[in-house]
Amino acid sequence: MLRIPCPWCGERDEIEFRYRGDATRVRPAPDAGLDAFVDYVYERDNPYGWHLEWWLHVGGCRRLLKVVRHTVTHEIRAVSGPQEDPELPPP
Amino acid sequence: MSGPVRIRAGLLTDPGQPVAFSFDGRALRGLHGDTLASALLAGGQRVFGRSFKYHRRRGVVTCGPYEPCALVDVQGPRGREPNLAATTLPLHEGLTAFSQNRWPSLDFDLMEVNDLLGRFLPAGFYYKTFMYPGWAWEKIYEPLIRRAAGLGRLDAVVGTHADPAETVHAHADVLVIGAGAAGLAAATLLGSAGLRVTLCEQDVELGGGTLLDARWNDWRRQAATALPALGVRVLTRTAVLGAYGHGVFGALETLTPEASARLGGLRERLHVLRARRAVIACGASERLIAFPGNDIPGVMLAGGALGYLVRYGVAVGARPVLFTNNDEAYEAAMALQGAGIGCAGIVDVRAASAAAERAQAQGIEVHFASQVRAVQGRAGVESVTVAPRAGGASRVLPCDALLMSGGYTPLTALATQMGGDSHWRPELAAFVAEVPPDVGCLAGAVNGRQGLAASAADGRAAALRLCAELAVNVPTEPDGAEPADAAQSALEAFWEVRAKGKAFVDLQNDVTAADVRLAQREGYEHVEHMKRYTTHGMATDQGRTGGLVGSAVLAEARGEPLATVGVSRPRPYSQPVPFAALAGGEVREHFKPRRRLPLHDWHEQAGATFVSTGLWLRPLVYSRQGGWAPVLEEARAVRTQVGITDVSTLGKIDIQGPDAAQFLDFIYANTFSTLPVGRARYGIMLREDGMMFDDGTTARLAPEHFLVTTTTANATAVLEHLEFQQQANLASLRVLISDVTDQWAQFAIAGPRARDVLAAALPNADLSNEAFPFMAAMPVVLEDLPGRLFRISFSGELAYELAVPAQHALFAWESLLRAGEAFGIRPYGLDALNTLRIEKGHITGAELNGNTSAEDLGFGRMLKKQGDFIGRTLVRRPGMLASDRLQLVGVRAVDPALRLRNGMQLVTHEAPTESLGYVTSSTPAVESPGWLGLALLAGGRSRTGARLTASSAIHGENIEVEIVSPHMVDPENLRVRA
Amino acid sequence: MSPEPIPSPSGSPAPVRSSGRYSLWRLLAEGLRGQQGWRPAWRKPHPRPAYQVVIVGGGGHGLATAFYLAHEFGIRDVAVIERGPLGLGNVGRNTTIVRSNYFQPPNIRFYEYSLKLWEGLEHTLNFNAMVSQRGTLNLFHTEAQRDLFTRRANQMRLLGVDAVAVDRDEVRRLVPLADLDNGRYPVLGGFLQPRGGTVRHDAVAWGYARAASNLGVDIIEHCEVTGIRRDGGRVTGVETTRGFIGAETVCLAVAGSSSRLAAQAGLKLPIESHVLQAFVSEALKPVLDVVLTYGAGHFYVSQSDKGGLVFGGAIDGYNTYGQRGALPMAEEVTAAAVTLLPALARVKVLRQWGGVMDMSMDGSPIISHTPLAGLILNGGWCYGGFKAIPAGGMCTAHLIARDTPHPVAAHLDLERFAAGRTIDERGVGPFPYLH
Repeated sequence: MLRIPCPWCGERDEIEFRYRGDATRVRPAPDAGLDAFVDYVYERDNPYGWHLEWWLHVGGCRRLLKVVRHTVTHEIRAVSGPQEDPELPPP
Repeated sequence: MSGPVRIRAGLLTDPGQPVAFSFDGRALRGLHGDTLASALLAGGQRVFGRSFKYHRRRGVVTCGPYEPCALVDVQGPRGREPNLAATTLPLHEGLTAFSQNRWPSLDFDLMEVNDLLGRFLPAGFYYKTFMYPGWAWEKIYEPLIRRAAGLGRLDAVVGTHADPAETVHAHADVLVIGAGAAGLAAATLLGSAGLRVTLCEQDVELGGGTLLDARWNDWRRQAATALPALGVRVLTRTAVLGAYGHGVFGALETLTPEASARLGGLRERLHVLRARRAVIACGASERLIAFPGNDIPGVMLAGGALGYLVRYGVAVGARPVLFTNNDEAYEAAMALQGAGIGCAGIVDVRAASAAAERAQAQGIEVHFASQVRAVQGRAGVESVTVAPRAGGASRVLPCDALLMSGGYTPLTALATQMGGDSHWRPELAAFVAEVPPDVGCLAGAVNGRQGLAASAADGRAAALRLCAELAVNVPTEPDGAEPADAAQSALEAFWEVRAKGKAFVDLQNDVTAADVRLAQREGYEHVEHMKRYTTHGMATDQGRTGGLVGSAVLAEARGEPLATVGVSRPRPYSQPVPFAALAGGEVREHFKPRRRLPLHDWHEQAGATFVSTGLWLRPLVYSRQGGWAPVLEEARAVRTQVGITDVSTLGKIDIQGPDAAQFLDFIYANTFSTLPVGRARYGIMLREDGMMFDDGTTARLAPEHFLVTTTTANATAVLEHLEFQQQANLASLRVLISDVTDQWAQFAIAGPRARDVLAAALPNADLSNEAFPFMAAMPVVLEDLPGRLFRISFSGELAYELAVPAQHALFAWESLLRAGEAFGIRPYGLDALNTLRIEKGHITGAELNGNTSAEDLGFGRMLKKQGDFIGRTLVRRPGMLASDRLQLVGVRAVDPALRLRNGMQLVTHEAPTESLGYVTSSTPAVESPGWLGLALLAGGRSRTGARLTASSAIHGENIEVEIVSPHMVDPENLRVRA
Repeated sequence: MSPEPIPSPSGSPAPVRSSGRYSLWRLLAEGLRGQQGWRPAWRKPHPRPAYQVVIVGGGGHGLATAFYLAHEFGIRDVAVIERGPLGLGNVGRNTTIVRSNYFQPPNIRFYEYSLKLWEGLEHTLNFNAMVSQRGTLNLFHTEAQRDLFTRRANQMRLLGVDAVAVDRDEVRRLVPLADLDNGRYPVLGGFLQPRGGTVRHDAVAWGYARAASNLGVDIIEHCEVTGIRRDGGRVTGVETTRGFIGAETVCLAVAGSSSRLAAQAGLKLPIESHVLQAFVSEALKPVLDVVLTYGAGHFYVSQSDKGGLVFGGAIDGYNTYGQRGALPMAEEVTAAAVTLLPALARVKVLRQWGGVMDMSMDGSPIISHTPLAGLILNGGWCYGGFKAIPAGGMCTAHLIARDTPHPVAAHLDLERFAAGRTIDERGVGPFPYLH
């Protein structure tokens, strides 16, 4: 079971958070075109290893977090606010 | 004298407290502190049940939680409870237990015929036959197999309420798992270092292996007494079930019958423990040896026999024989001998050993380099045949119990669940695991240590390491005042005696060594394939007594080292765990919370029938009699007079800030920045894939202040969507989002007389069409209560919605009722609301089903041409624009006597099996006879006027319908603007 | 939406030989001579340098694809290569349910085709995978749910698939253990697909492996793909831990790991990997005769022939490749279990495990060409992978052999996302963690 260290609330159980998926996907510019939006909405790296992902702390501060988590070991390496760009460790 | 008997007081039993119980209907007596197994053994019982497949008689094998054979059914407070291990089941007054898997009786079981047919029923025989005729599997073969299989019988009378349950959430610096020598030593040191420590022990007493060695009694008692003073939280009868990563563990605490009675029937607690580090000191479990007849009652693990003697004062036999490959098992034989039970001999597969010298000094005969080739007896061991391993003359030793020990296997399941690797340790003939350093460490027998003193030292070493890692000062080194470990000779890996007869590697699932070899011959040679093909290790003991032995047989058959072959991966749970314990308190009537409206009590007193929509309880109709009549009466009141309904469940989101309008322009597919203050607008939200997500009206209360309403069903999802979009994609916008769903109660007043009602309730408000037209919003004061009034309509009638702070809901509602009395106002429920909106062609969840686009639902023109919004690009994909997509239409039953049903499929006469769409919502019409509804129909708008068949095959109904505009009442919108 | 009939499996299966035919008579004969005459169920060959078709993934879909390639399309120059031992991925880690009661008509067609193939499977394979058509019963608890199920059942009936509505009395008769009244959401009724049921999951992998092997397919275990070799826009084979293996067609059938393999071909997929937990209880005498699905929470259950209750719930809800589950889902599933079947309170859960699934972005599977010519993808199975094995294998084999999609799988292409033709079974949108 994940324990996510929220920068504002401290370490909390996963059930306090709502997962919002891959945080490396950035919404394209409004007129980037169909392919760009198809890629944004549907295509995923789905890495076996470090994953940058969104979690919304709905049971706490309601802040959106960027979490660096390993998809095999589930280790959490970094947690930040939505505007920061935490680095993904090498695979 | 023959068979088991109680010979003295045990460590746990109290001779002064007899306890009456029954087994298979026989009244028996045991002692307080006994388990069912020890009490039955004390009474001379040897056969406890019948085996799974061959229905062979089986006795007790262990003295602990991993018992493969002595499972019983117990009469519980709510009926028969299956598969309880007699070896851990605390005896209590009135305990009523039954043996399992026999018919008609334990002594005479007709299914024993399977044992004789065993040669035709090898592992996996069912994959090779029972194929003809095809229908016979379900009708004949499977029912026979099912009846023969299974163990316990569940036969429960269920009460009407949830039983008490508890889930305990707790934190610790260090969780110590297991309170043997290692765990006690570790917990003591960690506790004295000032760390918050929780110690879990599955046994009823602290001590683990030290309980069985009297020299350790003082040490153990001292440690146990000191722990609470050190602040260590001690949980006995608490088995750690699984490791879940991030320092989270699940543990099952089983209450004593006495505690259970005291706590209103609470049976167990689930502990969810969160720890920074763990010390895994859960020990090792003894394993069997595979030899013919190793399942006959009276054959048991040596450590089990020692346990019965020390803990309960029960000798498992009057003339036991020991069969071993290690020194540790000698303790059982020597203890029995010391208690006056004459051992009939020790069979040691090794040529010499240190323990043997001690045993011989006690006068026990030791047969070196020998093995047990056969066991005689059916209902109990009568003798064993012993032969030198190298060959030569065999001897028959008369005996009534055979203690076996194939060595000890560290209980590595938790460690491997925490990501640890396993390594083969030849000196133990077992796998030992590691754990990643940041999760904790292993200590004691699970870490491959042999001997209690070595384990205690290992526990201290583990604790010291954790103290350093957690940066706490190490207390002064405690003196290691433990009794020294006796010198031991090494064990010799020994798994199986190859001789005639069934040699079991899994006693519960009746898997023999021959089955394992058959699996290998047939290509199921990977340990996981062998496990699945033979079912080895899948029983309630999860292969703890014979798992490694099966792997060893497989390794030999493959001609590869056991280290390469490995064992099957252990998964949670480390012990069988009742559904009730995992489920906790949120079951049955407490399964999900009940969300009550502020006016719930009023609705109830007014005679409402409630319906659950999500978590909400909403008034469906103000009648308890059912049927459409009361619903239509309520709806008719709205169409002809005036009605009032509670719409407080709508999601309400307060949006404020200089960029609020810009934010909403991005969120909604239509424009909100142009909305004047004091006006509301219907809005549609898309998902980024272009499908409709939600709809609702949003009002502009001030230049920088909007109130968004959502559908009840999507209230949470929309809020999270807004928060996500704002923080992820629009962080530069200055906007604040607050959920005010619960803060505001909201009521719709609808009908031709709605304005009159509001005028009476709000005498100071100007409600004229000029001052307050359709889609207007304004603050109002109801007597002295500030509120908000919106002129919006879901019913198609002249309507208003009044919102007031939720705590004043009753005041406002009653004010409105008083004001409306003269106009015939009456409350209406969800059913009438639904009827009204269907007639008007408004959509709800049935149409907003996640697969419909704005275009499908008739809102295509609302999509703004300028500016970005969610869903803007993908809504233009070709598939989203296809002309044969399902579109919203109205349907009207041609024959007014026939009813529509939601979920009817729409077909043509010409192609009656080709679905063109389906009815989503339907209702009897309010003002004319007959049924109408909404439907999603392929190319629907172009079919207006067409006649189709609405078909419900499951009801055997086909009725003719006409496709009409979805706006079946007042399509010109005159009424809402009246 | 064409009203094309759901095809029936071809009539006369070719006889399957070589590991020896299984029958009662042979079982008896072997019983008399100590079971010594059995040969390995599938051969364990060394890989040849090249095959016409290489299938990556020795799970249910890979093995079934190989079998049908050989059996239906006469293509026997086929290798199935598997990283570990065969059949230990999702085909060996599921809750064994087969059914075809889906909401979206294309899914009904596809899964019904699969169900028809299940129905004759033991004869096709000469291996008794214990296809047990005991019925799947979905309970409903609200009128909205009833309406959805009505729509689904009526749609199924139009397509010739069995579905019946059952009232509370019938639910009570079918599931005497169920408490219809005292849960938070009382049971209003149910929908039964009588032909739904369970299949012994491991036996499916073994049965297909044996039958394919007997037809000449090489099943190569312990052979991990490390790269996908291409020549321009066309695949030429796979690099493996046992050397390069050339192929005209490479098929990925590695659900749970599709993204990892596709990445080796430079492709990104509309798939996320998520874990679905499953559980089994101790063995009981028969207490549950149907496959039962709770409608007010995450819980479905059946009782295996051995007596254990096999049950599961929903995915944990975040990307993972870990074959284990978290505690919250276990608590939720067992809470739903006790709510619906209160007598289970005192039954004990033995084991819990997790399977990593390909969750596709619309919740429906993918059997498709890919942008790399010669590379075929079978994946994105979400919750439906096990029940889809026969049809998945047949349709993938069809796509490989004929280069055109099988009629019941034509909608399962990768292009549907860009084209706006997604098949969103439950309408939750492009959020795999919500499917």
